[in-house]
This record gives sequence, C-alpha cells and structure tokens, in this order.
Amino acid sequence: MSIRIDAVSKAYKNGPVAVDEVSLEVADGEFMVLVGPSGCGKSTLLKLIAGIEEVTSGSIHIGGRDVTLLDPRKRDIAMVFQSYALYPHLSVRQNLGFGLKLRKTSKAEIAQRVDDVARILGLEEMLERKPGELSGGQRQRVAMGRAIVREPQAFLMDEPLSNLDAKLRVSMRAQLSRLHERLGVTTVYVTHDQVEAMTLGQRVAVLRGGVLQQCDTPEQLFDHPANLFVAAFIGSPAMNLVEAHGENGTARFGSCQVPSAFDGPFILGVRPHDLKLGPGIPAVVQVVERLGTETHVVAGIDAPRLRSAALTDAVDAAASGDEVLLADEDRASFTVVLDARAPVAVGDQIELTVDPDRLHGFDVESGKALPMSSVDPAARDRWGSPAPAGDAR
Amino acid sequence: MRWLLKRGWMYAAMVAVSAFALFPVYWVVITSLKPRSEIYTRTPDLWPSDPQWDQYPRVLGEGHVGRALLNSLIVASGTMVICLLVSAGAAYVLARYRVRITRILLILVLMTQMFPLVVLVIPLFVTMRKAGLLGTYWSLIITYLAFSVPLAIWVMRGFVLSIPEELEHAARIDGATRIGAMWRVVLPLAAPGLAVTAVLSFLEGWKEFLLALTFINDEDRKTVPLVLQSFVGRGDTDWGAVMATSVLYTLPVAIVFVLARKHLMTARTAGAVKG
Repeated sequence: MSIRIDAVSKAYKNGPVAVDEVSLEVADGEFMVLVGPSGCGKSTLLKLIAGIEEVTSGSIHIGGRDVTLLDPRKRDIAMVFQSYALYPHLSVRQNLGFGLKLRKTSKAEIAQRVDDVARILGLEEMLERKPGELSGGQRQRVAMGRAIVREPQAFLMDEPLSNLDAKLRVSMRAQLSRLHERLGVTTVYVTHDQVEAMTLGQRVAVLRGGVLQQCDTPEQLFDHPANLFVAAFIGSPAMNLVEAHGENGTARFGSCQVPSAFDGPFILGVRPHDLKLGPGIPAVVQVVERLGTETHVVAGIDAPRLRSAALTDAVDAAASGDEVLLADEDRASFTVVLDARAPVAVGDQIELTVDPDRLHGFDVESGKALPMSSVDPAARDRWGSPAPAGDAR
Repeated sequence: MRWLLKRGWMYAAMVAVSAFALFPVYWVVITSLKPRSEIYTRTPDLWPSDPQWDQYPRVLGEGHVGRALLNSLIVASGTMVICLLVSAGAAYVLARYRVRITRILLILVLMTQMFPLVVLVIPLFVTMRKAGLLGTYWSLIITYLAFSVPLAIWVMRGFVLSIPEELEHAARIDGATRIGAMWRVVLPLAAPGLAVTAVLSFLEGWKEFLLALTFINDEDRKTVPLVLQSFVGRGDTDWGAVMATSVLYTLPVAIVFVLARKHLMTARTAGAVKG
C-alpha cells in the first residue's frame, strides 16, 4: 500500500523541531530509504508513520486511508527496531505469533504462518528458545520474522542492520533486497549509512535537521545532488568540494584552474571517480589506500579548504573523516579513486584532470546546485584538456 | 590448607550470621514443644526432654488462632492484591509520562511515610468511625494501603523504568492497546518488582498490631497479633501458647516466600534489546 506524508511536522515542547514540513510519497511496493546524519529526524519520521509519536501538524495516509490520528495497532504496519525489541519473556515462536494472537487469528493459522516464516528465515531450529539464547544475527532474523508473519500493509525498519558486524551486515543487506523482491511490500527503511541507502533504496530521501533535502533514485542523487549537503553526504568516498571563481569558461581555486561553465563565485564539486591522472591540477599525494580493486589517493592541492555547515554535517555523518584529519588544516585536498595498481606513492607530485561536464557547481550562499551546463568546446580546447564525457568514468 | 585459610573465614562468618538469624526461630519452635514445667527453668534447655505437640490443638481450639489466621490472611491478601493493582498502574504512568507534575506527585506520594503511626491512630480512628468502617476488614485494608502503596509505587516505578520502552512500541504496533502492552509485556517483565511489592504489602497487613488493636473489637475479626497479645496477661503469660501461635503465624508465610522467590527474582529482560 502506498504511504503519503503531507507537510508533516513534529516539534517537542521546549525542544527543536525534529521533523519540519516533510512531504513524501511512497508508492505501493516501493522500497524507500530515509537517510541522514544522526538527529536529522529520520527515526522520528518513521515513528510518526508508525503512530508511536503524534504529529504536530500535517497528515499521513496509508493505502489511501487517513491514519494521522489512529492508534499504531490500527495502522496495519509492522516495524523492525534497531534494538530488535524482542519480547524477552516469550519464546521465538511466541514472539513471532504475538501480533497474530492479538488479532485473534486461529491457533492453527498462527502455527502455520509462524512455521512458514521460520522456514523462510531459517529459524526452525530455534523456535522454542528465548531471545536471550540467540546470537545477534538470529535475533535480527526473529525481529524480521515478527514483521513478515503479520503480512502488513507496510514495513517500517529503523536501522535494522546497525547492530550486526560488518560481514553479516553485507549479507543481510542482500537478503533484505531479495526479501523485498519476493514479498513486494511497501517498505520505509531508515539508516544513517549511505551505502545501505544507495544499495537498498529504489528511492532515497535525504534529511537534514528535520528538513527533506532531496528524494530521488540513487543514481539521480549521485549524479544530480540538489544541494551541497546531499552532494557531500551521498557517495563514498565523498565528493571533493572547493570554493572557486568562474570566469570566461574557467574556474579558479587557489592556484589551480579547470575549464567550467559556471560564472562568478561558486562551490565546485568533483566526484573522486571523475578525477584521473593527467595534466591539470597539481597535487601532492598524502595518503594512498590500496583496497585491492581500486586505490584511494588523498592529494593536497594548492587551494583553501572549504568550510561550510552543510559540508561538516555531511562529512561527520558519512564518517569518512580520515582524510580530513590527515590533511593540512587550511589547505584543501582531493580524494581520487584510481586503478588498483596506479603508480603513486606518498609524497609524489601528481597532476589531476577532470572532464568539465562532470563538474558540479553549488551556490555559495544557499548551497543549492547550479544548473549543469555544458562547457563551451572552445574553452575546453583552450585547455587542451581531457577526455570527452564518454571516457570520463 | 590454603583453601581453608582463604575461604574458611567466609564460611565461619556465614555460620555465625545464620546462627544469629535462626536461633530465635529455633527457640520459638522448641519452646512451643516444651511442657509448661520446662519453660520456666533457671538454666534454659536447648532441647525439650519430652517434645509435646499439645499446645497447637490448644491454641487453635480455645485460643481461636485458626480464625485469627484467617482474618490476618484476608486483611494481608486484600492489602496485597489492591496494592499491586494500584501501584502497578500508578508506577507505569509515573514512569512513562514524563511531565513536570510527575516529580511533584512522586514526592507527594511519599508524604504519608513521614508521619509516625502513633500520631495518626486517633484521627484514623475518628475517620473510620465516621465512615462506619470500624471493626471491619476494610478499615484495616484501607489504612494499610495508605502506608504500603507509596513505597510500592517507588519500587515498581524503578522496575518499569528498567524495561525498554521500545518493547511497548513493538507490542502496540503488533496490535496491542496501551493497556494491553502493559499487561502482556511490561508486567511480565516487571515480575521481580511485583514480587517485592507483593511481599512488602502482604507483610504490612500481616504484622500490623497498633491499628488493628484500635479498630477491631469483635473477637471474630481479631488478627493474629491481637490474639498473641491476649495470651499475655497481667500476672501470668501463657508462653507455650505465644510460642505455638508464633510458629503458626510466621513459618508458613516464610516458607511460601522462600519458594516464590526462586521463581520470581530472576532477571527477565535478557535478550530484549541489543547486547
């Protein structure tokens, strides 16, 4: 069933506005991810949909029915909690059947459905155990099962994978995807992990400070971020950002310059994957991270570091602060993704080149994305510079 | 040898503490079994020469201890049941609804605990007479509740606070009402708290003497402490009856509590949330 959120706000007494006029529409069967740094209001929004918290203003519809004032139990949704919230005094079987029992389902049907779900999730062996006797991964599956067995109109998931270790999380992520394909139930999934958001979400809604920044497909978010925050938050490694000034088809930052169609002062952004070795921006290699499939290089460039609230928020959230810590305090650095065996070492002088069509521009004041425009071919020729758009990746 | 040095003093201490706690109980039991002639001796005997059980049928028959035990049981259980219902509800609300008035209420609730009982006896007597409750079980139950509920609320609130709120959210999303979530999830998990509350409030009604003495006149309504007191005469105290009644009064309750403790005191929130 579809979920429609209309200008929903949530303000706490004497507190900040947790959710600010958010409007969002989740289509029937869609997997929608809410992502943002901690405290951005994503979990609160989920609780508002679940009915655990009451909206201050706005309305929520589930399957065309206005549920704004309804009790959680009447909304016919299921929720998976970050902490799993399994009933510790009940066995796994009772945990799974709890919701069905409350809905006066017949004993035979409860048994049937619990067994079915246990089979799907591989929980048959542990049906009689108590949650305290299960491992983290097993508890996670029970929490999932408790939601599935109810066959609700929608799933709400609040960081369900964040308590698992890294390896388990990756395999669970894949299984979640498959489960959604199989069941086709509308899902709203909250995470602070942008990789989870990008891999799971058919659409991703980015929140910051209770305000919806952008809601789009992962590709659109990546290629056309609506503002500086989304640009910095989505993508790993994060987008390189630097304050620049555009004039006559050239953008200058510090002593560097690249061809660009943006005019006047703006914030220039370039994805680490769009930078290549080649004549252009001089840089000094500071960090080399060889990941096997590719190499991440952090290189200092001769330009001042960008300071902006949107940026620090996003960087903190993306938890990719390593580069920031290592770089010189007031000089900018670019992260570059190169081949696995790229011939670079710490201290090397290199030059970086970029396809001008893949540059992003943001307004200095508002942080909003400037319309992408192609670079005048004449300007590009003047720079004698790099590859046409097709080869950039 | 080293083991003995290391652990020996601990066991010695345990034996000493146990002896300290158990000796009075032991003394009560054996005195109840002694014939009258052996109760009054210059040197106390640690074991009766000829244990006799005839004190028991005597106190149960002539002494009306059977009836008194029933009265005590009615008053104590009544206090316990109502105290559990009231304090569980109040504790839940005071734990989950955090408004400013909560803190004030929590203090107010404790106010009754600040008065010495003796000060309250006369006003309570007048109140009960005006309410037409004098001499009834209710006069005792209501008064005992006034003293046991506040403490019970504090104890229960602590237990409710220790139960993750997310469990209730999960239950409510699963289809429970707020009260349903409390009944099916919070209370089972607060069982140790309920047990503590049950024991405390039961004992409040079971052991109380002064108010019972003031409110109850009717022979048929007397609780055990009143009957015990009736064995103490001005010139002569019937020690055999006192001791036999004391055994009937304390041991069954103590045994029930020890058995119940085993089932109720284990932590039950393990595995609810992460960790």
